[in-house]
Amino acid sequence: MKQRWMIGSIAALSALFTAPVFAAEAVVVYTAFETDVLAKYKVAFEKENPDIDIKWVRDSTGIMTAKLLAEKNNPRAEVVWGLAGSSMALLKNAGILKPYSPKGVENLRTSMIDPEENKAWYGNDAWFNAICFNEYVAKQHNLPKPTSWDDLLKPIYKGHIAMPNPASSGTGYMQVSAWLQTMGEDKGWSYMTKLNENIAHYTHSGSKPCVQAGMGEVAIGVSMALRGAKLKTQGAPLDVILPDGGIGWESEAVGLVKPSAAAKRVIDWSISKQANELYNESYALVGHKDVSKAVTNYPNVQDAMVAMDFGKMADDRKAVLHTWSEKFDSKSEAK
Amino acid sequence: MDTSINRKLATPNYLQRLSLSFSRDSALLGGILIILTVLMGFFILAPMLTMFAKSVQDLNGNFIGLSNFTAYFQSSAMLHSIANTVTVGLITTAIVGVLSFSYAYALTRSCMPFKTLFQIVGSAPILAPSLLPAISLIYLFGNQGIAKELLGGASIYGVIGITIGMAFWTFPHALMILTTALRTSDARLYEAATVLKTHPIKTFFMVTLPAAKYGVISTLILVFTLVVCDFGVPKVIGGSYNVLATDIFKQVVGQQNFAMGAVTSVLLLLPAVLAFMIDRHVQRKQQNLFDSRSVAYTPKPHKVRDGICLLFCSTIALAILAVIGMAIYASFVTFWPWNLSLSFNNYNFSEVSTYGWTPYFNSLTLASWVAVFGTVIIFIGAYVIEKGRGFGPIRQLLQMITIIPMAVPGIVLGLGYIFFFNDVNNPLNGLYATMILLVINTVVHYYTVGHMTALTALKQLPAEIEAISASIKMPQYKSFFVITLPICAPAIMDIAAYLFINALTTTSAVVFLYATDTIPASVSVLNMDDAGQTGSAAAMAVMILVTAALAKVIHLIAASFINKRTQAWRQK
Repeated sequence: MKQRWMIGSIAALSALFTAPVFAAEAVVVYTAFETDVLAKYKVAFEKENPDIDIKWVRDSTGIMTAKLLAEKNNPRAEVVWGLAGSSMALLKNAGILKPYSPKGVENLRTSMIDPEENKAWYGNDAWFNAICFNEYVAKQHNLPKPTSWDDLLKPIYKGHIAMPNPASSGTGYMQVSAWLQTMGEDKGWSYMTKLNENIAHYTHSGSKPCVQAGMGEVAIGVSMALRGAKLKTQGAPLDVILPDGGIGWESEAVGLVKPSAAAKRVIDWSISKQANELYNESYALVGHKDVSKAVTNYPNVQDAMVAMDFGKMADDRKAVLHTWSEKFDSKSEAK
Repeated sequence: MDTSINRKLATPNYLQRLSLSFSRDSALLGGILIILTVLMGFFILAPMLTMFAKSVQDLNGNFIGLSNFTAYFQSSAMLHSIANTVTVGLITTAIVGVLSFSYAYALTRSCMPFKTLFQIVGSAPILAPSLLPAISLIYLFGNQGIAKELLGGASIYGVIGITIGMAFWTFPHALMILTTALRTSDARLYEAATVLKTHPIKTFFMVTLPAAKYGVISTLILVFTLVVCDFGVPKVIGGSYNVLATDIFKQVVGQQNFAMGAVTSVLLLLPAVLAFMIDRHVQRKQQNLFDSRSVAYTPKPHKVRDGICLLFCSTIALAILAVIGMAIYASFVTFWPWNLSLSFNNYNFSEVSTYGWTPYFNSLTLASWVAVFGTVIIFIGAYVIEKGRGFGPIRQLLQMITIIPMAVPGIVLGLGYIFFFNDVNNPLNGLYATMILLVINTVVHYYTVGHMTALTALKQLPAEIEAISASIKMPQYKSFFVITLPICAPAIMDIAAYLFINALTTTSAVVFLYATDTIPASVSVLNMDDAGQTGSAAAMAVMILVTAALAKVIHLIAASFINKRTQAWRQK
């Protein structure tokens, strides 16, 4: 134990002084993928492309987006791989992502790639919001199972619902955008105003509402479906519901920042069938048409997906969050 | 001051060597002072100034004056946060003020039994990360909590949860100041009161309270600042109750709106700086209440008073133990609240998080480096500021800078570090997201208290030591190692232990600065709690608590050993 932290500190110190030595051509890839998968993707890619060395720079979606925007005039990233579709749309608008049509693009699901002209980003996987419903707590309070978004407005659910604060969490903003885009601006806002009456509290993290539903702290959490499936597998009395009216989703996508042959090869590989099979180990829906293996306790999401306009989602963000905060963030404590 | 010595020992040869050794000493001193000034410039002043600059810029870095602030104050949501922050700050301060004063009073002014035990239990929360009480409270009073009836139907999420969680966490800080303040009381005043047949209650208000006045004010200010600046507790248990600290998180992580994050930081800085200035003012007045003619007060047994004190302290101690105990229990429950069987599953961190045990070892690395590196620089810094000759203006400037970190909330300091070090044009950009920057940030965050401790110890040494060692041709660095260092050993150990424990438990300063391979345990508690691994979050918090407690025990054993070897001269 002692040795381990000493090694850690020495490594941290030496990292400052020693420059890494590259045997192969290095490609700097910015990503928001979870850390545990990074090594897996790198190893698989480099096995087939021994002359290219992927150099990951990883942070959360929000920080990574901010970092790319901040480096706009002097980009250090060559490829972005595993960043939210709405962030990719934002980066494309800012001129940071360069249009590129990778090899094998015809095998990808069209719903998951850049919908605009001069396509610049391609979805690798998708994640969804759903309703996490705690059956045990529901029985305690005699709550019926909701089947549509409108059901959540019923007075019986007052004080039993949690959802992420869109100003703190990308998952929350995605949900708000999904409502605004499917219901239309006016209906969307009036829906949220009514829903606000039933909300117990808004959380600062996207998976927290499902977590709280899983722990029985609330009966209903509007939150990441993946988290709900995982908690259900662990033994929480949860039902992951895909409500009528469709569910919002967001992809993690790949795109080109600094064109070079090596960078393009990274992107080509990232949409290949092999790569998609790796994505499919943790995500139910991936970019490649021919890859779809079920994930435990994960609902069948494909039919419930609504059409999302990621460009609009990126453009409207500031205004929507401002309106949302003024309407609901100053809400006093649940009475 | 040197001239008189020089005149007395005026052989040319000696004079030469003396001046030679002086110039060598002052070269060394000047060198250290310059290095220290540069370090403080880079790691304290520059990040803070960058943050101020950000608050008057738009997202593209153009100067826009105060319009960010105007926008801020036009938002009802933001104003609401300010009101919330002040409310929760005042409520907690009032509660902790009363409770900790009574507890400290019982410890110092009664003859109740088990005082040492109560002292230990009362200080225990300082060893826990601030998230530990938040998680405990959910298990105790949440909707599935075992004692939720005690809240009478009210929700723990929100102002109640924040208040209880922060009260738990700030209690030991308050207790520490108040026991010191109440312990140094002049028995002659109480004798006079008894002779004058003053009613005990009147004596309390006429003698006890005024004597402890400054301690009480310091306590209230400290608690208020800690409550206002913490962000872990409101994030986990605050529900929709927005405070300034969570607003900063929201703006930076949620919206990448760094300018607004900076504006909120500046606003959060204001009450902290104000509180801090009042405190400094009060501290200056505090001196000389207790002088060499004073007689230390020792309480005499009094059945009713001692009984009440025992009852009160037992209640508080039980409450503290309940919160800690609940966290330990939570860490062993397999899957709360559905599978209550006990197991070690939650400690199997590699199962639940991609980081496994790494955060724990990162924290050990961080805490060890902070303790070693921080103690060295803080003590040398205090030494050259206090015992240096010449370079008056630089030393005064440094003395002023060392006070700054105490007034800066951790989350604001962390944000300042991002702004400054994450700039591509900054040559120090390479430090960003490294363990080194985490170490530096944590040392800076806790610099002031360490500096004060070192200064107090150094001030107890006679100034003649340096003059005498100079006269026997001993270079100053030698007298530093041979005399000063051993004498100050207890203070040095105190500083090291303080830094080690705080580096383990801190969340707010490092939450923006870690990278995937340097994530500390306290941040992983936050992350696992977010991801629904609440049991494992509790387990990691308990690991921090146990490690901090172990460090404290080692510190006490080592201190008693070193005291025996180096402090015998203090016995009269």
